[in-house]
Amino acid sequence: MSIFVDETTKVVVQGISPTSQGLYHGLRNKAYGTKIVGGTNPKRGGEEIEGIPVFASVAEAVKETGATASFISVPPRGAADAIIEAAEAGIAFIVCITEGIPAQDEAVAYNRLVEEFPGTRLLGPNCPGIISPGKCNIGITSGDIALPGGPVGIVSRSGTLTYQALHELSQQGIGQTTCVGIGGDPVPGTNFIDCLAAFEADPETKAVMLIGEIGGSEEERAAEFIAANMNKPVAAYIAGVTAPPGRKMGHAGAIISGTSGTAQAKMEALSAAGVNVAENPTECGEKMVEIVRGLA
Amino acid sequence: MDLYEYQGKQYFARFGIPTSLGGVADTVDEAVEQAEAAGYPVVVKAQVKVGGRGKAGGVKLAADADEVRIHAQNILGLDIKGHVVKRLWVEHASDIAKEYYASFTLDRPAKLHLGMLSAEGGVEIEEVAQTNPDAIARIHIDPVTGLSEDAARAWVDRANLDPEARDQAATLLVRLYHCYVEGDCDLAEINPLILTPEGKVHALDAKVTLDENASFRHPEWEEYEDDSDVDPRERMAKEKGLNYIGLQGTVGIIANGAGLAMSTLDVVTQVGGEAANFLDIGGGANADVMAAALEVINADPAVKAIFVNIFGGITRVDEVAKGIIEAIGRVSLSSPVVMRLDGTNAEQGRALLADHLSDTLIAEPTMLDAARRAVSLATA
Repeated sequence: MSIFVDETTKVVVQGISPTSQGLYHGLRNKAYGTKIVGGTNPKRGGEEIEGIPVFASVAEAVKETGATASFISVPPRGAADAIIEAAEAGIAFIVCITEGIPAQDEAVAYNRLVEEFPGTRLLGPNCPGIISPGKCNIGITSGDIALPGGPVGIVSRSGTLTYQALHELSQQGIGQTTCVGIGGDPVPGTNFIDCLAAFEADPETKAVMLIGEIGGSEEERAAEFIAANMNKPVAAYIAGVTAPPGRKMGHAGAIISGTSGTAQAKMEALSAAGVNVAENPTECGEKMVEIVRGLA
Repeated sequence: MDLYEYQGKQYFARFGIPTSLGGVADTVDEAVEQAEAAGYPVVVKAQVKVGGRGKAGGVKLAADADEVRIHAQNILGLDIKGHVVKRLWVEHASDIAKEYYASFTLDRPAKLHLGMLSAEGGVEIEEVAQTNPDAIARIHIDPVTGLSEDAARAWVDRANLDPEARDQAATLLVRLYHCYVEGDCDLAEINPLILTPEGKVHALDAKVTLDENASFRHPEWEEYEDDSDVDPRERMAKEKGLNYIGLQGTVGIIANGAGLAMSTLDVVTQVGGEAANFLDIGGGANADVMAAALEVINADPAVKAIFVNIFGGITRVDEVAKGIIEAIGRVSLSSPVVMRLDGTNAEQGRALLADHLSDTLIAEPTMLDAARRAVSLATA
């Protein structure tokens, strides 16, 4: 099984036009086998772009196609509104890869989802998306580097390190149930714990790989959750051991203030929770390979 | 983006937050002019983006024009923790009855806004937080509903501010919250927020960090752009649109994605080297971006070897390889390049590069191998 998405997930791409990022990624996801059932564009309702029917709104797309998920890659100024539009239309799973959304907009959108749309899950913003190999790919992950069949679940805060993790496992012939990129923004819709809980509950996932980075306290909270609630083995890697304090390194989240949020503190918390903590991404892959081979 | 104190105060003023009368001065004469306009006594304050300027002699009280001259002369050009003072803020000196602390920021774990208010301001608030956490009244604010006057008033009562300060403080805090939200701040902080003997509450300092993601809706922020304190390598990278941070080592780093770039720094350190920089070229590693990245790294005289670490996702490795070949043709490099290219179409990418490999353009199969090679070249 997979978490959050599967082969039946019907996806609507928000903000689609012949030149949009949404079309580019939507077509790639469709080529992978994802059920891309439509796109939205208030000015192009009724048209069809490269085989994807366009609707004027998400509500209309849901009504016509039965879409259950949406994919947002619109520019930062419109992204928070797009998230709310999807939730209002009854979309249960929203993937937003947009980078650079103002923190104030994110905070409002997140809390509106929690308060008004408890049935909706947001993944992102500023994330690579989600792939359940062989079933569904929403976002920018390259399908070529993922291998279907499990038994590993991956959850990561970083984009390219997520690809690295998929690659390390696939090369060793070890497949993935689902790979979730939660993104590095200050207010992520889905966090490590949401994914760890889903992986723990998923019978096909036998082990979990967690990739974190400096800043915030999500990894420390994940460690507490793992210690208290998880029986499946976890391997982890934290990027940014050598990052200088007080500097933003690309992701809004990857910043250390004072001693909290350092890679060292996160690695210690995870180790104490019984997680197999690696020094670099390759070693993390190797540890996971060892864990999986030990399961058989 | 951090603002200088004077910019923060000007930002506060837009939202009706009272501050002291004052103005900016870049010369001794200008300082005297501003002092005359503000009315003596005045405080002459160094404008630097670093704490501890009072202890460093960057904040002085002046009773008349002669004293302003002496202090302005001494403070302009002063080096405060590596920041050279180029600008002063001269404001009317306030009599202080009480010093408070107030701030708004995002509480990331709670995913709500966090207001902090203390009747014990003026000192290191971190110290108060450590030794007497109960002296800081915290309030979580739902971003959807915001901060009401009533909630602010109850919060002020909880913080135990002096009775004569409470009404004004509540009004000021609501305005500070508006400044924080509508002004798109990551942090809006006043330390100290003062009560004068005449019973007036106003901001004696301003610490504002703006969320650069919101700059598209704040054209007025353009005036805050300031690279006078910035590392010249970082200035060059910024002009080329690259996400670069200068460090102290000898191995230049180019990677795609912030996580992979951070990880590259870690691996270089693990194998005994030291990175000269952090550089994330983002998802699309085409020839232009690669050439710009190589130019920036090449301009750093400390760099002895360059480590290009690319994992192709959407950007296929064969495209990256073409970019590298073209970029190397354009930039005359003074250090060897070690590459690790992996991911989508890695085979085709490596094949393209095969004919171009040499003693100064080296390919390694894994991140660790490439890090070891780059470090040994940098230390040879």
